[in-house]
Amino acid sequence: MSEEVSEPIEVLRLPVELEYQYTAGKSASRFLRGLQQGKLLGQRCPVDGRVYFPTRGCCPQHGVPMAEEGSIELPDVGTLVTYSIVRVPSANIPLELPYVTIQVLLDGADTVMMHVLGECELEDVHMGMRLEAKWKPEEEWETSVGNILYFVPLDEPDAPYESYKEHI
Amino acid sequence: MSSTDESSLTASHKLEYSYKRSLGPVLSRFFTGIRDRQLLGAKRADGTVMVPPKEYDPDTAAALDELVPVGPGGIVKSWAWVSEPRRQQPKDHPFAYALIQLDGADTPFLHVVDTNDEAAMKTGMRVTATWADEATGAITDITFVPEDAR
Amino acid sequence: MRDVAVVAFSQSPSVRRETDCNEVEILIPVIHELRTNAGITNEDVDFVCSGSSDYLAGQSFAFVSGLDAVGAWPPVCESHVEMDGAWALYEAWVKIQMGYAELALVYGFGKPSMGDLPLTMALQLDPYSVMPLWPDAVSIAALQARLLLDDGVVSERDMAEVAVRDRANAKQNPYAQVKGDFSVDQILADPYLVSPLRKHDCSPISDGASAILLAAGDRAKDLCKRPAWIRGIEHICEPQDLGVRDLKRSRSTEIAAEKAGVRAGKIDVAELSAPFTHQEILVERALGLGSETSINPSGGALAGNPIMAVSADRAVAHATSGPCLQQNLICVLEG
Repeated sequence: MSEEVSEPIEVLRLPVELEYQYTAGKSASRFLRGLQQGKLLGQRCPVDGRVYFPTRGCCPQHGVPMAEEGSIELPDVGTLVTYSIVRVPSANIPLELPYVTIQVLLDGADTVMMHVLGECELEDVHMGMRLEAKWKPEEEWETSVGNILYFVPLDEPDAPYESYKEHI
Repeated sequence: MSSTDESSLTASHKLEYSYKRSLGPVLSRFFTGIRDRQLLGAKRADGTVMVPPKEYDPDTAAALDELVPVGPGGIVKSWAWVSEPRRQQPKDHPFAYALIQLDGADTPFLHVVDTNDEAAMKTGMRVTATWADEATGAITDITFVPEDAR
Repeated sequence: MRDVAVVAFSQSPSVRRETDCNEVEILIPVIHELRTNAGITNEDVDFVCSGSSDYLAGQSFAFVSGLDAVGAWPPVCESHVEMDGAWALYEAWVKIQMGYAELALVYGFGKPSMGDLPLTMALQLDPYSVMPLWPDAVSIAALQARLLLDDGVVSERDMAEVAVRDRANAKQNPYAQVKGDFSVDQILADPYLVSPLRKHDCSPISDGASAILLAAGDRAKDLCKRPAWIRGIEHICEPQDLGVRDLKRSRSTEIAAEKAGVRAGKIDVAELSAPFTHQEILVERALGLGSETSINPSGGALAGNPIMAVSADRAVAHATSGPCLQQNLICVLEG
């Protein structure tokens, strides 16, 4: 037995792999099917009228069920609430570095969505800028948020700070 | 994502945890022993031997550090016949999980007995450990077979 | 000790595979019904505690989304156990005993149909020397069953009789999953699933949720005409290593029953949540139940086992966790 072979084993590699058939559920399925048709669906809380995006089964503030009737379609334009410039690579994200992750408040929504910014110089990125979704070609639409490639700046004046400060 | 009319969308999804576990002094010796084709148990204060060894006595919480050779032969105390193994399980043909009390040990431990068919399995039968050609120091390096089949 | 009682309960049906709803959507109507029936709002609740398992959901921190069903803004006092909801109930009971809460909402939920439940349960075994062999939950239970059968502690007929009793009782339970009239001889003729266990020896795989409202003293009397007072509650755990345990009896159930005061009076009803027939027999024996007790009028876990969501005059409730009855919780209730 060689010297190397008699080295004690101190660490064991014990990977775990589990397979699932995940069910998105009623409200997420409605949202994803909407995306397939190029629609952005939010949902209105029956208690205070706040609009959640994406749709979810329950208002997380009041714990009341949100029925399908509360669904509303939102426009694909909104306001950049906050952002981060990413300069380190990450598994599963095929974007070229550096890229800008953003939180967008769609017009009419009360919650923000996470996405990335495109067609914008880094030095021009700022809070309050108005944005519009850049979609994939329609024939490539799936039940996925990936249908929106990224958001691009709109040629509009910035939204006033008061209009999005609650969402930072 | 797959879908039919208005039912919930479903998608297959695989969760992987790439755990690397530190063994500590006692289990390090146990798994190094497996790699070197020697099974070990821990001697407790009352003189009994438990397999696999643990760092602490489960009854008294006293630290255990004396490891003694056990096996490779032993007795099947109980067994369960798996007629349709899952992909992750150690054999791709029917086999038995068994509680095996190794020679020199006082507690049984869970492992696999590879026999051709269920009729070959019997509580009280003698089995012995066999090693994979390339032992890496994992519990899956060994498989038990009936002693008379060796 | 403070007087603490169960004042409301709600549950979803146990189903083999919930195809429409995700985990949280199963829970939403259950919580909603509980609050409506008890006539309370979210602001009335001092403490929220849940039991579920992220491994079943296949998502890290899956339990956090469960809070959507409760409503957690403004922020609420909340806790979670990676166990059956019965242990969440225990934590809530402790919280009330400590004087930190008067009214607690407890829930358990799970959707094991998304994964391979018996295989997922292998993750609760020793990760170094046992889990890498991937012994599924049915195989582990089968090892215990054969020990009992070889020693004559139970017979396959005893086990089949438990299945027949529970499935017959479950006919009265609209939420149960496996119910009906079966004959012992007929089900004993079925082939083995994992020998020596047949299908009827195993609890079904169930998606489901349940919720309970716990209240202290006068608060309980205000909310409910006949609160179910918790007179004793205890949970006891055995070691992880199967080899060092006595698998032919349930010592942890015996100790928990003793501490919870099961034998302090006649037990009218016992609900045992043992996932295999031979384990139900072991729990029944450990509790020392006799013919004066109606066992599993709901059908128990063998009729519907929404794992993580299990929950007369004097009743005893049992819940278990871990392989081969490793950990057991006993709760004595009086009306």
